[in-house]
Amino acid sequence: MSAVQQETNVTAKSSTATAESRAAKLMKRRSRVRFYEIIVWIAAIAAYFLLPSKMLILTEIAILALFAVSLDLVLGFAGIVSLGHTAFFGLGAYVAGLLALHYVAEPVTGLIVAGAVSGILGLLTSFLILRGSDLTRLMTTLGIGLMMAEVANQMAWLTGGADGLSGFSPGAILGLFEFDLFGKTGYIYCLIVLFIGTMIMRRIAFSPFGISLKAIKANPMRAGMIAVPARKRVVTVYTIAAVFAGMAGALLTQTTSFVSPDVLAFHRSADVLLVLVIGGTGYLYGGIFGAVFFTLIKDWLSVITPQYWMFYIGMLLVILVLIGRDRLARWVEYLPERFSKKEDGK
Amino acid sequence: MSDIVLETRNLKRRFGAFLATNDVSLKVERGARHALIGPNGAGKTTLINLLTGVLPPSEGQVFLEGEDITSLASFRRVKRGLTRTFQINQLFNDFTPLETVALAIAEREGVGHNLWKSMAGYDRIVDEAAALLARFGLASVMGERTVILPYGKQRLLEIALAFASKPRVLLLDEPAAGVPEDERHEVLSIVSDLPADVTVLLIEHDMDLVFSFANRISVLVAGALFTEGTVAEIAADPRVKAVYLGENA
Repeated sequence: MSAVQQETNVTAKSSTATAESRAAKLMKRRSRVRFYEIIVWIAAIAAYFLLPSKMLILTEIAILALFAVSLDLVLGFAGIVSLGHTAFFGLGAYVAGLLALHYVAEPVTGLIVAGAVSGILGLLTSFLILRGSDLTRLMTTLGIGLMMAEVANQMAWLTGGADGLSGFSPGAILGLFEFDLFGKTGYIYCLIVLFIGTMIMRRIAFSPFGISLKAIKANPMRAGMIAVPARKRVVTVYTIAAVFAGMAGALLTQTTSFVSPDVLAFHRSADVLLVLVIGGTGYLYGGIFGAVFFTLIKDWLSVITPQYWMFYIGMLLVILVLIGRDRLARWVEYLPERFSKKEDGK
Repeated sequence: MSDIVLETRNLKRRFGAFLATNDVSLKVERGARHALIGPNGAGKTTLINLLTGVLPPSEGQVFLEGEDITSLASFRRVKRGLTRTFQINQLFNDFTPLETVALAIAEREGVGHNLWKSMAGYDRIVDEAAALLARFGLASVMGERTVILPYGKQRLLEIALAFASKPRVLLLDEPAAGVPEDERHEVLSIVSDLPADVTVLLIEHDMDLVFSFANRISVLVAGALFTEGTVAEIAADPRVKAVYLGENA
């Protein structure tokens, strides 16, 4: 081997080594905790101390956020549009209610069982969304949602029909923490579940599985050509999302001691989509930002114009979509650099 | 030699009344550098789509190493060692080249379903992705979003991505299209450096590339196999000149 050749070999080797160490850094930085994530959780805890009279709306936000984050896993990652995500939310709500009414009043047990049952429904219905376009998926998921609502309505002996389920009160959480009148325990409970749920989904997002979901969304044909088994992945993620949606439903039941047929109403599926449109998709925290904004604006509008607040929600939706969904999905990137960097290049 | 790694039998594909692939029975030997040429609209890309499962055939069968893969999904064919590049880049726009290649390697290694471990935790995969990108001259841009890369770089990523799956049969659909003139031979030399038992089927319009790269050539005309032979035979065939080379000459 000549000296020149040797030298080129050495250069090639060292450039490969440089590339490797840079790649390792880039990959690690990708999943690093962002500044806005820390702010979100600090704000959520601060709200507990600063807004003691607002526990109910804070609880509502935490529940909607968990519901929306679970939808983001399906919509923002795998690219599956759903108008029936409330089927899982509602099922979870009813399961938690029935469990508290007939068997176990302890909430964490109810939460887990509700998540499991909703997950089973998610698994079974996931096979219906494997085929077809966005439109067929919208219609299929809408149909499943409507069917669930009608089943709950008709099985009055079990679900209380149009009157809903009541007459139960949740026990102490893990036998230790009683729910209080002001909803303080309820908020902390929901916040902890939201935090754990978001952390689990965040972990999924940065795994090879999570990356493969985004590949399926971005280009299904190419995803197939790098051996991503798209159908299997969609079944798995749809099931996981259903588990967390069911848990969100269970939280609603447990913090309100009531299950109304409204938990399966179409508007909930639409609301949660709107939440993601507001907050942005594909990075999980959009569900949280959207839930905060949506709940506050809804609350504010319903105070100032109790009759017509839906009009303004509708107007907001039109404006948001006109501004452009793509830009919306990236609004975090429009914040100052160090607050926002979602993806890292440099 | 009868070590046939990829074979089609009476393959047909219709689009309405149009027969895009007309009764193609093609045999590709293991380790071959096989080129598929033909005038525009001859059905070359359709044939590649049929081979890789992007399109289902109307009739006929596809065999990979003697096994009928006609009804297998694309991702299963890739798992069996058959992969391709696309004539028009098919990439993940918002991914970085690093993420793109790392995912392909993760899927090859069978860890794509892992939803608990961070991709950054797979040191060997990340290292391999970096080395592959460096080999294709993409190291400097591995952290950029793919969509903002210059076309030539995207083209290289398209080919690097196919390499990441470590195919045993690689189908290249006009790999040099859009690659700057001076980088073309570089691309093809990386392909030529593949181990001898890796089979390559190449679609290409640049005849210089075809003649320097291939050891066997099939000519496709109007969806049907027109003729087949060694480079010398095809180069000397007056009928091929008439239907194809004549166009350019």
